[in-house]
This record gives sequence, structure tokens and C-alpha cells, in this order.
Amino acid sequence: MAKRSIVPFGPQHPVLPEPVHLDLVLEDETVVGAVPSIGYVHRGLESLVKKRDFKQYVYIAERICGICSCGHGLGYCMAVENVMGIEVPDRARYLRVIWVEMSRIHSHLLWLGLLADALGFESLFMESWRIREKILDMFDETTGGRIIHSVNKVGGVQKDMDSSMLRHLLETIKDIEREMKPLVDTFLQDYTVQSRLKGTGILKKDDAILLGAVGPMLRASGVEYDTRLLGYGAYKDLSVEPIVSGDGDSYGRCEVRLKELFQSFDLIREAIGKIPEGDIQTPVKGNPSGEYFMRIEQPRGEAIYYVKGNGTKFLDRFRLRTPTTSNIPPLVETLKGCQLADVPVLILTIDPCISCTER
Amino acid sequence: MGKVSKSPWLLHYDASSCNGCDIEVLDCLTPKYDIERFGIINTGDPFQADILLITGGVNSQTESVVKQIYSQMPEPKVVVAVGICACTGGVFKECYNIRGGIDTVIPVDVYVPGCAARPEAIIDGVVKALKILDEKQAARSKKEG
Amino acid sequence: MEYENDIREINARQFFPAIVKMRTEKWRLVQICATTVEGGFEMSYSFCKGYDMRTYRFVAYGDEEVASITQIYPCAFLQENEAKELFGVNITHIKPDYKDKLYRIDVETPFKEKE
Repeated sequence: MAKRSIVPFGPQHPVLPEPVHLDLVLEDETVVGAVPSIGYVHRGLESLVKKRDFKQYVYIAERICGICSCGHGLGYCMAVENVMGIEVPDRARYLRVIWVEMSRIHSHLLWLGLLADALGFESLFMESWRIREKILDMFDETTGGRIIHSVNKVGGVQKDMDSSMLRHLLETIKDIEREMKPLVDTFLQDYTVQSRLKGTGILKKDDAILLGAVGPMLRASGVEYDTRLLGYGAYKDLSVEPIVSGDGDSYGRCEVRLKELFQSFDLIREAIGKIPEGDIQTPVKGNPSGEYFMRIEQPRGEAIYYVKGNGTKFLDRFRLRTPTTSNIPPLVETLKGCQLADVPVLILTIDPCISCTER
Repeated sequence: MGKVSKSPWLLHYDASSCNGCDIEVLDCLTPKYDIERFGIINTGDPFQADILLITGGVNSQTESVVKQIYSQMPEPKVVVAVGICACTGGVFKECYNIRGGIDTVIPVDVYVPGCAARPEAIIDGVVKALKILDEKQAARSKKEG
Repeated sequence: MEYENDIREINARQFFPAIVKMRTEKWRLVQICATTVEGGFEMSYSFCKGYDMRTYRFVAYGDEEVASITQIYPCAFLQENEAKELFGVNITHIKPDYKDKLYRIDVETPFKEKE
């Protein structure tokens, strides 16, 4: 019988800038079990709803995570708007979609870079991050911030994009798309990359549903589910098709994210083509009373924002179920049976965001 | 310039930040900002690091980790607190699980403000840290005679 | 396109059969949320099937035992442990039970109503 040993993985480790810890049970070199433990970035943000009023809390919601910041602000605002029955002006709906799709581009490029880094492909990592800088510059131009944008507010958005900005955005997208082409070829056709990704960490379709996988992880297992199809924001006027891949392995997850990048380029182009003129915010009167579960599609998958108001300016409860929380159980499942050397790559393929998860 | 400050090694640790400053720290290492042109190399090993870049307010679980990393670094060493959370606790200050700035746990030499701190500001902070590193080195060799 | 987004109030006795039914109908567990209400906790379990979402809700008073659903939905363990640690909901038989050591925070049950 093979000898069993337990290898601690983390909290400070090479694949992620964030601390997460796993206890890996090994039989020789094969992983037979994994126990995740979190809590290194737990701050207790949900408790702050008692200290900040519902309009101020947008700024806290955006700081739940620096990568998905734009989406968190949007999800929180839309949940409150649904409770209060606020209709957001059309232009604001389009602007929100443009910013959220931009943040998806930035997040996926970041992930591609980290994946390349985990594979030991340093130049691919640098190349992905170099391209990503262009979208960050665009954020800087349109919102004034590179990472935390603070553009969403209850009732609309804070800033408008004028036509020169939109034109510049279109040019940037075109630029990025051109530079992405060789990158895509490398990720999908390079022999070394393929040999690390193909056939590792397979998650079957039924398991993905039972274990509650979300986002690219779920779609890579062949389930057509994209929360954007619910039609929040301006998505109901745009053409969104869920991107699926059937194999459910690491390669499939990489493929889904790469294709989603190009989908985001198209969505931004379509949104810029259709954006109407008009106001960008509506005045908000009164306080939220009631509750609502809001679902939105973050770069990492479906996130759920729950807001419960009691008629005062302080909310009773705000809860966020982040995509990574849902993706950890499938991760534990995919780790079983893999080689120890593949663990960093497999952890990366769920695109973990620990500071979202722990709040 | 002293010997160390010509090629200092960086160590980055996330003490419960929101990720924003962390990706900006990583950004400094990538082509556009490229902190390596100052001879700076990122390392994952505290035993070989000269500058500790630390982000986020400290919580009860990371407190001991931060202390341990700091004690493992060789003298002279400089600590740079990146982002407003690392400086004072920032927006998270009133959370039940946040201690406050990094200086509540270990001594900090350079404070880099911003939410999230911009790469330019981080590079500026690191360059300031180099000067302090030189001073500490000089003070050490004087003491040793 | 309107999709279901219901909250259905049930009592503690109907709770387990309802969850089993969701499992056999292949709904996906999406979230578990605890909210402090007067004298207890409001527990909400949300499920998705396709684009429909349904939430079952009941109130657990005081130290009332809430059975874990990890035998039916194994992926519930993180969120159940979280509700137990942060709110002090008395959830029993979670597999694996982190014994309030998931977040390892200093304060005990920060979200629980203080007398």
C-alpha cells in the first residue's frame, strides 16, 4: 500500500497573490483528498451595513474585491434598486454594461497571465499583462481610477462617457483584439501548454451541477448557463450567447475564458453602437424596505447579492455569495486523483478570488 | 548608493487587503512599469528579502504571519505599507476583524497612500525605501566599526 | 423574459423534504443565507434550475437545531460553516464540520443579536 502523507499548501504560495490554504492528502504523488481552509483575508464587510447608510455602502461593496470591483458595485446597486423600485435611465444601463464588460476583459487577461505564470511560461505572462494595461488605461480615462472605479451609484452611474471617449474605447478594443490573436494561438495550440492543460482536472457535467459550479467552470463542463441572459442592465437589448466547452478539463476552462474575451469585445462594440443619449442617474428618494436576491454574472461566474431593508437608511442585511465560494467544492473534487505538480494549475483554473470569498 | 540598494529583493504579502493593491504591486513588475529596471527582483522567500511590501489591514489570522515574515528577514530591512488599508485600516477600519494599519503589528518605514495605490506611487515608495535601506546599512556598519 | 425569483416560507418540519425534492428535481444549490431576526435566525436556501431561482425560508428560534443539508448537497459545507461561525446558528452534522475554525476570528458570532 502506498504511503499517505499530508502536504500543507499555502497560505503564502507562488500561484496567487492572495493567501489561501489547502491540506492535501497524498498517496505517493497522487492527491486523494483536499481540505480547504480560508480566513486569511476575512474582514467582516457584511457587518458594515449597520454603520454605513445604503448609499455609502456602495463604496464598501466595491472594495470587497479589487479585481471584480465594478461588478460588486453594480450588483449591490441593482439589488437596492430592485428593492426600492427605481428605474435606471437607459444611458446608465448601457454605460454599466460597457464598464462591466471592460472589467471582464481585465479580469480574464489577468487570469491568463497568472495561468501562464503557473505553467512557468514567463513571457506569455508578461505579454498578457502588457495587453491588460491598455484596458486599465482606458478605465483611467473613463472613470479616473485604474482598479477601483466608483462609477456605480444607487439610481444610475456617477460619470458619463463622451463621444471621444467612446471612440477611443473602440480603437483600444480593436488594438487589443489584434494583439490577442497570437496570444490565443499560443494558449490553445502550444504543445507545452496543451500538455499541462488537456485532460487534467476533469469535472463532469452532472458533478458540476450537483457541486454547484458557476461561471466558466460550469460552462466548460458543457452546461449552457450565463446569468447575463437574465437580461439585467442593457443585456436584454444585446446578443449574449453562453460560451460552452464540452470536455470539462483545464483546457476547456482556458478556452471558455479566451472566447469570452472576444465576446466582451463584441458586446462593448454593440453597446457603443446602440447607446442612447439622456440622463445618467435618477434621484433616489426614501429608504429601502423589503428584500431582493440579485444575480449577476461576474468574470468568475454568477454572484448573488441579497439586500434586506427595513425602511431606515441602514440595511438589515447584505449578503454576497461570490463565485469562488461556489467553485471551491468542485475544485476539491477535481483535485482528487491529480498529481501534486498539477495542484497550482488546477487551483488557478477556477480563477479563485479569495478576498471576494471571505469578504 | 550602498551595496544592498543597488539590487534589493522585494517580498510581497497580502495581509487581508481587497486584492486591488496586490494586483497593482504585480503590475509594477510587468512590462509597462517594470520595477526591475532599478535592479529590483521579486522574491517569495523572506530569508532573502530586503524590502517587504505589505498590503491590507491586519486581521487576527494574518497578524502572526506578518510578524513571522518580518522576523525572518535579514537586517537591514525596510517595510513599505502599500495602500490606505495598510496605512490606517482605510474603509475597513471599523470591521470587527481588522486591527488597523500594519504599524499596529510591525514598524513601518514608508507609507504609500491610495485606494488602490497607483503603480507610480508604489515605485516612488520603493525608491524612498531604498534610501532608508542605505541609511540603515550605514548605521549598522558604523556600530560594528 | 421573466424568470422565477420566489421566496417561499416554510416551517422547520417541511424543510428537509423540500430540500430532498429539490435534489431529485436536479436543482442547483446556489446560496445559503442567515439573517438575524428577533429571537432567532432566518435561514434562506436558494436553488437554481435553468434561469429560475427559488428560495426556501424558515426561522430557527434561539438554539433550535438546524440539520445540515451536506448529506444531500455536499457543496453546502462552506456556507453552513460560515452561518454557524458568524451567526451562531446551531447547525448539526455538517460534513466536514470546521468547529467554528473556518474564519478563526477573535470575536464570537459577530452577527448574533447581543442581549
